[in-house]
Amino acid sequence: MKRLFPILSIITAILLAYALYQALVVAPTDALQGDVYRIIYYHVPSAWTAFLLFLINFIASVVYLIRRNQKADMIALVSAEVGVVFCTVVLVTGPLWARPVWGIWWAPGDIRLTSTLVLWLIYVSYLVLRRFSSGSQTQMLAAALAVFGALDVPLVYFSIWFFRTQHPQPVIGGGGSMDPRMLHVLLLSWLAWLCFGFLVCWSRYRLEVLHREVEEAHAMQSLAGGAPAKASLPLDRGSR
Amino acid sequence: MNALKFLFAAYIATWAIHAFYLGTLVRRFSRLRRELKELGKDK
Repeated sequence: MKRLFPILSIITAILLAYALYQALVVAPTDALQGDVYRIIYYHVPSAWTAFLLFLINFIASVVYLIRRNQKADMIALVSAEVGVVFCTVVLVTGPLWARPVWGIWWAPGDIRLTSTLVLWLIYVSYLVLRRFSSGSQTQMLAAALAVFGALDVPLVYFSIWFFRTQHPQPVIGGGGSMDPRMLHVLLLSWLAWLCFGFLVCWSRYRLEVLHREVEEAHAMQSLAGGAPAKASLPLDRGSR
Repeated sequence: MNALKFLFAAYIATWAIHAFYLGTLVRRFSRLRRELKELGKDK
């Protein structure tokens, strides 16, 4: 496993570099938007990766609620945190794309944009709950919040199918047409960001395992009558 | 040309967000390793 991580890291770095080259150089220029449309190669894969991570968070939270499995709880936490990072990318690159194309940074009241912002806020509150609550019910409350939060994911995805919105129709399955060369680059970019997301999740999972080991060590030390569990609360805050 | 600024801003912002998050992971890793070492349980 220790050898696999650097090998995967190298493969991911090559994939990301190749996807960047394809996005900026090889993919054809859009007839209407010009080169600025190339933001799609970071915006859309980040959105798909975030949705996938929130789906994993939902499944892991359900498993935790049913079985009280600690691994499921860790997977839920990790997927939510990395999902928020990808969702942040979506919320930052979206307005940067909207400004030159729509003439505005943000369309207030637009269901796609608003529901994405709400989704981000839900998972940020999930992370805040996990970080600052230290009660015995925290994991269960967070899992319940994650289950309700996941309901927003299909709303975000399907909002452009069912409501009038400023946001363009979906790239795949929305009835729109995309140049096959553009689609190829888009799928390649998604693969690269998926690999990157997987590696980040792996690292974050190892961090969480280490965090729980340290917490356990502190608890054992205080039980053994040593120094009180001095870092219990600060550690909680510092490591998450 | 003006629109290209937005393209590069979006790409740079994406990498900056990921780099910032990776930086926090590295910082947290080193803090926990130090903590574990202090507890005499370094692995």
